[in-house]
Amino acid sequence: MNIIVAMKQVPDLQQVRIRNREPVIEGVPYTLGIIDKNALEAGIQLKEATGSNLIVVSAGNEEVEETIKEALAAGADEAYLVLDDKLDGMESSLTASLLAATIKKIEEVGLVIFGEGSGDNYSGQVGSRVAEILDLPQVGYVSKIELDGTTAKITRSLEDCEELLEVQLPMVVTVLGDINEPRIPSVSQILKAGRKPKEILELDDLDIEIPKDKKISTLSNLAPETDRKRVAVKSVSDLITALQAEGFVGR
Amino acid sequence: MAGILIYSEKSKLALELLTAARLIAKDNGLDVKVLCINSDEQAEEMVARGAETYHIKGQIIELADTAAVASALQEAVGKLDTSIVLLSSNRRGKELAGRLAQKLDAGCLSDVTSLQVKGGKVQCSRNALGGATISVQQIETDRQVIALAPRSFEPASPQDGGSLKEMAILVGASNIKVLESRSKAGDVVDIEAAEILVVVGQGMEQADMLLAESIARSLGGEIACSKPIATDKKWLPEDRIVGLSGKKCKPQLAIILGVSGQVQFNVGIRDANTIVAINNDENAYILQMADYAMVADLKVILPELSKTLG
Ligand SMILES: Cc1cc2nc3c(=O)[nH]c(=O)nc-3n(C[C@H](O)[C@H](O)[C@H](O)COP(=O)(O)OP(=O)(O)OC[C@H]3O[C@@H](n4cnc5c(N)ncnc54)[C@H](O)[C@@H]3O)c2cc1C
Repeated sequence: MNIIVAMKQVPDLQQVRIRNREPVIEGVPYTLGIIDKNALEAGIQLKEATGSNLIVVSAGNEEVEETIKEALAAGADEAYLVLDDKLDGMESSLTASLLAATIKKIEEVGLVIFGEGSGDNYSGQVGSRVAEILDLPQVGYVSKIELDGTTAKITRSLEDCEELLEVQLPMVVTVLGDINEPRIPSVSQILKAGRKPKEILELDDLDIEIPKDKKISTLSNLAPETDRKRVAVKSVSDLITALQAEGFVGR
Repeated sequence: MAGILIYSEKSKLALELLTAARLIAKDNGLDVKVLCINSDEQAEEMVARGAETYHIKGQIIELADTAAVASALQEAVGKLDTSIVLLSSNRRGKELAGRLAQKLDAGCLSDVTSLQVKGGKVQCSRNALGGATISVQQIETDRQVIALAPRSFEPASPQDGGSLKEMAILVGASNIKVLESRSKAGDVVDIEAAEILVVVGQGMEQADMLLAESIARSLGGEIACSKPIATDKKWLPEDRIVGLSGKKCKPQLAIILGVSGQVQFNVGIRDANTIVAINNDENAYILQMADYAMVADLKVILPELSKTLG
């Protein structure tokens, strides 16, 4: 059986600066979405438990080929990548059709794992859209996965309850950021990662039509205006005085 | 454009959607229709708020099976001739939004915190780049799926003119079996409602939690936390998390202790009226977001602060 983990290349948000309320993305290095790393770790653990083959899939600009090495180093066996610089900043619906078309090229897929949301946009649509395109059952916000032959036992964690579900494979899951602690690949794993098989796909290789028009347009994207006093407080008594002046103490 | 359909499995959130739908309808002249699935209670409540309500009743639709719920909604959209679907952006709603949007070939926005109708288009605001920015986006397709963040709109109030019809849909076989469903122990404290919050982060030591609690008590406030305090350290329940994946709080006063100020945290507290931040790293970003910023070691400050306030 093949276990698929879908991962997204995102700008390293820690390094995104705000200038005149505009985010400065240029020159910011790429990394893999933080929750995608939990998805990968879940895949690695299941692979180890069941002897499956673990394939990471991703779509994006040419840089993805480099960024994805980290996933191969951590334990994915191979990668299927859709690369085209045109795909920079593509919207969720397009990502989903590219990933679904890629997954269709892979045989004996048992489980497709996503993170609950991407590192940058966190809109959480792609997993659901892929499940629909592939006509597979899905469970989101997963805190535990157990594979048992042709079925899976899945725990979904909602705001107010936890569900234990039995689902027919193949299926799609999206995992929570706290499902596990992703491992960090060793130096020798990183060195070997470059030699793992990579299937590089171009848009023409996929059986889909790229829509001319975008489904979503962005009108603005600005940091919220902040208007803070930014008074430096030196001592506890200064702080108390400030809280009194604001009316929070001694009311 | 024909109408707006709203659905949430949570009645409280459905009432918020009704308010938002009426806002859009007012500008666009659309009809607002409500779908309820196997909940007499919710159907009655929606009717009491004056809503044109459709109830799928007695047919087995497993809410845990997102594909099944999405199919039901797709059928309702066709039958009721609606172009915009409003869902709640809680976990179930978000999961559903993507699947339904794919079925309808619709554009989809989730975690939407406010709406504005301009030139017939629904402009949606949502946090982007982990919360560093707020992006205003609109869906260009005729069919639109919009999931609204909980508590972004007031619940609709009672009014006349409601109606109730039953609706039947086609139900297929499900690949998902619910073996068990257990409720999580709910927290009695609602940090979103608190006027004063003392928010603790990883710069705290567990032994000092009592001091933080005593400070909160002296000020008449509640304790909240950054994500790792609940999910990794488990010192507090997840209901107390402030931020992108937690609660968006608007207290009068937030005292933030040992939190670095990552964007995903900040979005949950940036609407506080007054922010006090204490951190021993003068470069911690949280200090830049504060009205009163104190560079200090919590181990030293907390006993003193707690004693002075107590
Ligand atoms: C998709 C996504 C969603 C997320 N959602 C959330 C969310 O909703 N809420 C959230 O909080 N996080 C969220 N995070 C995580 C977030 O990015 C940060 O990792 C988290 O907020 C850090 O918590 P912290 O500030 O408590 O810890 P740290 O970043 O470790 O900061 C601890 C701070 O304490 C200070 N400190 C240490 N010792 C002392 C001392 N003795 N005295 C004073 N100060 C001290 C340090 O200088 C440091 O600034 C999310 C992340 C992702 C990717």
